[in-house]
Order: sequence, then structure tokens, then C-alpha cells
Amino acid sequence: MGPASTDSPRMLADSPHSVPAIETRGLCHSFGGGEAKLEVLHSIDLKIERGEVIILMGPSGSGKTTLLTLVGCLRSVQTGSAKLLGQELLGADERHLMNMRRHLGFIFQAHNLHNSLSALQNVRMGLEVHGRASLKQWRVACENTLKLVGLGDRLHYLPGKLSGGQKQRVAIARALVGNPDVVFADEPTAALDRATGQQVVSLLRRLADERKTTVFIVTHDHRILDYADRIVRMEEGRIIDSTTAVQDLAE
Amino acid sequence: MTFVLTWLIGRLPIGWLQLQHNRTRLLSAVGGVTFANVLIFMQLGFMGALFESSVKAHRSWNADIVIASSDFRSIRELNPLPRARMFQALAVDGVAEAECLYVAPKTWTDPETGDTTTFRVTGVRPDAHAFKDERIQSQLHLLREGDVGLVDEGSRQFNPHISENIARDGVHQVEIAGRRLELRGLFHQGASFDADGALVVSDQTFFRMLPQFRAGTPSFILVRCDAGADVERVMADINASFSEADARAFTMEGIVRAEQSYQRRQTPIGFVFSFGIVIGFIVGLVMVYQVLTTDVQDHLPEYATFKAIGYSSWYFLSVVFEEALSLATLGFFPGLMISLVLYHVAAEATALPITMPWTRPLMVSGFTLLMCTISGALATRRLAQADPADLF
Repeated sequence: MGPASTDSPRMLADSPHSVPAIETRGLCHSFGGGEAKLEVLHSIDLKIERGEVIILMGPSGSGKTTLLTLVGCLRSVQTGSAKLLGQELLGADERHLMNMRRHLGFIFQAHNLHNSLSALQNVRMGLEVHGRASLKQWRVACENTLKLVGLGDRLHYLPGKLSGGQKQRVAIARALVGNPDVVFADEPTAALDRATGQQVVSLLRRLADERKTTVFIVTHDHRILDYADRIVRMEEGRIIDSTTAVQDLAE
Repeated sequence: MTFVLTWLIGRLPIGWLQLQHNRTRLLSAVGGVTFANVLIFMQLGFMGALFESSVKAHRSWNADIVIASSDFRSIRELNPLPRARMFQALAVDGVAEAECLYVAPKTWTDPETGDTTTFRVTGVRPDAHAFKDERIQSQLHLLREGDVGLVDEGSRQFNPHISENIARDGVHQVEIAGRRLELRGLFHQGASFDADGALVVSDQTFFRMLPQFRAGTPSFILVRCDAGADVERVMADINASFSEADARAFTMEGIVRAEQSYQRRQTPIGFVFSFGIVIGFIVGLVMVYQVLTTDVQDHLPEYATFKAIGYSSWYFLSVVFEEALSLATLGFFPGLMISLVLYHVAAEATALPITMPWTRPLMVSGFTLLMCTISGALATRRLAQADPADLF
């Protein structure tokens, strides 16, 4: 049984590139209710164009992860507007969110690979979600993506036999194999050494340039800042600063 | 295996791969299913033997219609009926022959071994054609002499000396109910739950062994119909001919059914075995549930990741059911094999007809699938805890 696909998975990809990848207006979010209600996002306005690489920085508790889960369709939007690839997420039901998620690629801090699946099978999981039709050329697609992250010789390794960096690269391949429109990455370089980290981020940069993939990275890692088009800083639930990478480095 | 499954279900067989990855868990789950299967098979085996053995005596009779007392419930609890009913039955159209049968239990202690055996003693006219069982029928003439018996070599813990003596000298002498009895012939019927074996004697010998019995009050009347007669109709006519409601005619199948339904409903035995089956079912259910729940719990982060990628809840349900069905399949066949061996051992030990009819594995495999599916359904409740928003 393959995952149900009601909307055509490629429909959004064909939508004009002039539509921003992400656009929020007055986006607020709070946890809990009543007396204990805690607002963690206060009226966020953010616009990210297609093919942009954005780095979101800020101290822990500043709300950046919440922002990421909201525009990444992992949480329901409460108030304000959030548009992903031109589609409004406010009021979207779980089914709609699930379909939206199929246009995205996620790279988590913890790699979350499936331990019982080989590298190749883990990557295939990123493709299988698009239904049977996507599986015709799956082997070629998965192998190429693994080669792209430098793991062409580790296709049949189980995660237990891979190093931390290699696992993270498999997870990246899994996120990229379905040609996502937007890639969300949460501390993608945290588990990697400097060289591999640079390699991974430059790979994401190349995707943005070649395929117009939008890349949204949450990180503390200053070593990768110069790969970004823009650096957004958050503090206490507000965007305090949005600068281009060049400006940032100049400071 | 993985390749075949992938082709079969059109996706990676994650459930199977997960199970295969953790061999200890897989073994314990399969062991649980196997254990439950063996338990259920054994209960069914004993229950089947109970029903089968309880009617072995009936099935050895050469009769189309059996008349018993009107309150007949079981061969274990017989009430006599008047012999006059036999003459009434003989007057009914379509009845060819009728014969009286006297049945009662009698306990005998073998002085050689000290084992006590409860025989179901059947007394019958030596000239009668009362048995379908060829071995009994062909030796009935031996009973024309008094105090002679035919003994069941399939009796529980049957002393082999008896058959050796009969083979060598044609006779083995025993003392039963304070009288000498010469065992001159052997036949095979096997034990049942209430009797250890069978003993066939002439009606005269029967009255000497059990002086409280009278020739005028038999336990059963066996009726044979004319060739081509409608047995159902003859039975109805016989019943109609009885002016007093002290006797009742059954067809052969009818009395077998009555006996078995008594065993099922009126004795605790049927209940005990049904209960055992339920227990086996629950044991398997709990063990599979335990394994599947732990497995789901362990893979929550991965499932949450897959949810984040865009997999639907149905996908995870199908993974859990895939696991459940894999366990059912893997556990069933060893369970069947072990049960076949145990059937053999138990049949040897108890002299009960514990056999495996071909329908039983089908039924138990159905039980197993149901069991694993329920476990799987219960285990999927945990899936709701896989929230992709918790991954960050």
C-alpha cells in the first residue's frame, strides 16, 4: 500500500517561480492555554523567494524551531497567515498538511534513519512517499543522490555500520531524492566535522542555484554563514534583524 | 524475501525488515505465537478425542436405528428400557431385525500390574449380528460358552501379557466381579474419557457379572431396517408405535449427535477445553501485542520522521499489520509441527484417538491471523504518539 496521493505531487512544482516559497504575515503561535498560555511567536513577517538560502539564527527558546515547524507543515497555524508555495496553511487540515509535506525535504539534527534499512532503502523511503509511479527509476535516482553526498560506495550499509557524518549524509540524500521545492534543515552540520559540514552546505547551495530549491537552515554554526543569501536573527519570538550574508560578514 | 515482499506489497517491507533486524525480539514473538498455537492445537486435539472416543462404541454397532430410554443423554448414564419395545419395533414396517444390548461399567484390577481398569462391559446374544466392527462380530461365537469375554487391546495401559497369552494359548484367565472370566479374543476400540476400555461378553455372562441387570430391561435396542427402507420414516414410525414415553428411537447419526452434544454441554469437559482454547488465544494475543507495542515504541522517532516526510497514518497501520501477519505465518508452521509430534505422544500415553483432521490447521491458522490482527490493532494505538513536531 503506497501513500495516498490526492493532489498531483508535481502540481506545486509547476507553479510559477514568481510565487514566494514561504510568506508569513502576522504569524503568532502560543503553547498551552488559560493562565499558562505562553506566546512564543509574535507577529512574524517573513518572505523567502524561490532558490533562496536562508539561515535562521537565534538563542534557544527564541522560537526559531517553532517557526520552522509551522512553515514546514508539522504544526497547525493558529493565527496570522503562512503561505507555503502559494498555499495558505492557516486552517489546513491534517490531510492537506500531509500532502504539502511531500513537497518538502527535512534534514533533522538527529539523522533519524531507520536502523533496519540499508542506506539505499532509507533513501528510497524519501521517494516511495510519492506513490508507485515515482518508483520506476528508483534505483538510479537513489544511487545518484547517494553519490551526490559522497556515499556511492556505501549503498548497502545499515546505519549501524556508518559513521555519524555518513548517517547525516544519508538523511540528506533521503531529503533530496524527491526533488523537494523547499528543504528544511535543523542544525544539519551539528554532527559533522568541518570539511563534511562545508561539503553538505555547499551541496544545498548548489541545489538552490541549479534547481531553484529553497533552503531554510536553522543553525548555530557560524562556519556556514557565507553560503546563505540572507541571515535572519530571532530573539524572544520576534525577527530582530534580516541581513544579507555580505552585510553580516562585514559586521 | 525482501525482494518478493517489496514486489508483493509495492513498498519496502519495513515491518518485516524491522522484525528481522531484532532477532531476539523476532524469536520471542514467534515463540509466543508458536506456544499459543501448540496450546490451541492440544486443546482441540483433546476435545476432538473426547467427542470421537465418546461415540466409538456407538459406531461399532451394526444398526440403522438405536432405541434407548426416553431420557437418554449419554452412554455413561444409562437407564434401562423395557424389552417389550423391541417386539413393538419389530412389528413396524421396514424393520428387519432387532437386538438387545446390555451396557454397564465394571472395574477390574489386574493382579499382575495392580492397575485398575474401568471396562465398559457390553452383553449381547452370541448369535446376534450386533457389530459392524468385523473383529468383534467374527469372534462373537466364542461367547456361546459361559464366562468368556472379548477384550479391547486398545485399553488404557493394556497389559501385553493378555494378548500374548491369548495368542499362545487362546485364553487369558482373569477374575472380575468375583467370577472367573476367560478372555478368548481381542479387538480394538481404545479408551474414552469415562472408560479405560471395552469388554464384550454374552448376555448370560453379563447377567452373572452384573446381577442387578435383568434380561427384560436392556440398555439399548439395535434395529436394522430392510434394504432400501427410509430410515428416518421407520424411526418416526417406531416412535409413534410406543404408547408409553419410556423409550425413544434415534437414527445412528442421531444417537451419535445426542451423545456428543451431551459431552459438549452437560459435562465440564467440553467447557474446560473451550476455556483452554480461549486461554491459548489470549496468551498469544498478549505476547504478540507486547512485542508489537515495544517495536512501535522503539521506532517512534523513525515513524515521526516518515510522517514529516509525508507518509499517512495508513502507512504505519499497514506496517504494524505487516508485522502481525509475518509473526502469524512464522509462528504457525512450527506450532503445527510441534503439535503433530505432541499428538502422537499424547495418543500413545492416553490411548485416546488424538488425530489431526485437515480442517483443524485451517481453523487454527484462522485463529492465529485473528489473534495477531487484534494484537496489531491494539499496538497501533501507540502510533498516535509519533508526532513529527517533536523531532526538533
